Amino acid sequence: MAEQLPKFDAAAEPVGPEPQLAAADIPLLRIERVVKKFGAFRAVDGVSLDIHAGEFFALLGPSGCGKTTLLRMLAGFESPDEGRILLNGKDIANVLPHERPVNMMFQNYALFPHLSVRDNIAFGLKRAGMARSEIDARVAEMVALVKLEGLEKRKPDNLSGGQKQRVALARSLARRPQMLLLDEPLAALDKKLRESTQFELMELQRRLGLTFVIVTHDQEEAMTVAGRIGVMDSGRLDQVASPRELYEAPHSRWIAEFVGDINLFDGEIEAREHHRLTIATRDAGTVVVAEPRQGISKTIVSVAIRPEKVKLSRLGPAPDATASQAINRLEGMITDVSYLGALTTYKVRLDSGATLRSSMANTAQIDIDAYNLSQRVVAWFTPDDCLVLEQ
Amino acid sequence: MSSRRIFARPARLGAITPYFWMLLFFLVPFGFVLKISLSQTAIAQPPYLPVFDLTQGAAAFKAALAALSLDNFRLLVSDNLYVFSYLRSLVVAVVATAILLVIGYPIAYGMARLPQRWQPIAMMLVIVPFWTSFLIRIYAWINILQHDGLLNQMLLSLHLVSVPVVWLSTDSAMYVGIVYSYLPFMILPLFATLAKMEPALEEAASDLGASPLKVFWLITFPLSLPGVAAGILLCFIPIVGEFVIPDLLAGSNSLMIGQTLWLEFFTNKDWPVASAAAIVLLVLLVVPLVLYDRLQRAQLEEAR
Repeated sequence: MAEQLPKFDAAAEPVGPEPQLAAADIPLLRIERVVKKFGAFRAVDGVSLDIHAGEFFALLGPSGCGKTTLLRMLAGFESPDEGRILLNGKDIANVLPHERPVNMMFQNYALFPHLSVRDNIAFGLKRAGMARSEIDARVAEMVALVKLEGLEKRKPDNLSGGQKQRVALARSLARRPQMLLLDEPLAALDKKLRESTQFELMELQRRLGLTFVIVTHDQEEAMTVAGRIGVMDSGRLDQVASPRELYEAPHSRWIAEFVGDINLFDGEIEAREHHRLTIATRDAGTVVVAEPRQGISKTIVSVAIRPEKVKLSRLGPAPDATASQAINRLEGMITDVSYLGALTTYKVRLDSGATLRSSMANTAQIDIDAYNLSQRVVAWFTPDDCLVLEQ
Repeated sequence: MSSRRIFARPARLGAITPYFWMLLFFLVPFGFVLKISLSQTAIAQPPYLPVFDLTQGAAAFKAALAALSLDNFRLLVSDNLYVFSYLRSLVVAVVATAILLVIGYPIAYGMARLPQRWQPIAMMLVIVPFWTSFLIRIYAWINILQHDGLLNQMLLSLHLVSVPVVWLSTDSAMYVGIVYSYLPFMILPLFATLAKMEPALEEAASDLGASPLKVFWLITFPLSLPGVAAGILLCFIPIVGEFVIPDLLAGSNSLMIGQTLWLEFFTNKDWPVASAAAIVLLVLLVVPLVLYDRLQRAQLEEAR
């Protein structure tokens, strides 16, 4: 009954994160209109998604959005009520969890408390019927891979949080799964450790050339590690895009607000000419924005500007304001200054009463560019800095 | 600083209270029993000699002390009646505990896998028999198991047997009674352990390629061992000393130590021998318990 595990070759050539398209262009994983209901509640509501071999994919969303349920369906712990999940082109609906070539790293690691680090890592290898000598070699390799040397005999209760996380990672990688599922793998670590581990995860994924699917509610984490991100909300997959695209061109107002900070002004399109839209907003007056490439069908829209694209200057003409290029200028008073080290964020109360947020990089050691509370400033941004989102 | 001082006294008092309770209601009576076990039976009031009486002076006290002997313990070892009683008690307790574990484990496992909202109801169903007196429930079993009782009527009407089977006054009836009575004590600790086990552990094992049977043997069962140990202790110890169930349901040709003890005390009025029997029973039960405790502590130390 010995099941054939793929050879594990840590010294393999680095494989890029780019999707490697298989011969017939079949994605490693294809999710087709999958629905999962719990009673009347549709936890996953018609999700379709392709994930290619070698990808680092993140499912991002607030808690309760259905991302974990989707991941559990991939592992086989839940079965879809509708739709299909294809692995290498084959429907895996009837494949039990212990027979899937997929492994999962659990949120709280789920390490077996009665087994040593070594036996935890060897657990999956023993089930595959590997020879003892092979198991020993593979365990040693995994221990080295996640830098756990010397801790092989410890029980999980005697490990630190970071060490547990490494054991869980080694255990889930030991069988060399076609796809590794990670359920909030770093949520229990403190900020510093989380950041360094994010880079280690990326490094590992690239080196092993495996496909990683990570579930996280932390947008920074998703943007750091993943090549592509799928944003989920209320059981639906709202947008699948690269981190940059997600940030710079979110599909909806909801995503724009969920991913990073953003200023939003509701308004109505008054004119459109030369790929410029003139929008009359209630709180920010008339704003000129670039017309989105995919066009816009409605007239009631929101104008969105990321805080780092809002520049501040002291009263006076805005710099670089040439006649040919419209510059949006808003006047107001600084009501809040937060110094964050690399950045300083300002809140500006516009004369309309609305608040505009701006963040500026602290590039100089002395604060010549800093603004003070109650100071009057001009906030300005170009039409290309704005997004137009349908409401 | 000052707050610590305010809390120190009541906290210390709280820590001492259980020991005081043990001293008053366990160690002092145990001292009485130990003293009686070293005495000789006598036709007197109380029915043993010597009697310590401090009003008679130091010489009388010394004489009484000298009159104590281990004769009763020698009797227990030399008379087969007692040895067999002890052996039978241990055998009955081992067999009954094994049956309890085999029946109780699947029930507890099933309960722990129920949806959250059904678990309290399942718990209630396990506890509900306690609302009726234990003695009445054993008498009910007599009714069920007797010659023209419910069980025989059912077997006859189903044509499984042609003549009524003798159930009552057999070891089978006794085991039925013991297993029935002690089942909650096996189920509840098992349920408590299984219910608080993280479901992700079983999922992780399954994810790593373990079949459902392997998941159970490699993960669920080993992790439920503390519950298994608690269930075994909770059943085994009282069953060894069980008196009512064997007395009412089993035959009278072989006695458990509880019954022998009762006979010595009430029928033969031999308090010293009965006391000695009780002390030996206590030693038989406490020594393995202490050893088990030591072992567990050693394992805990090792794990650190």
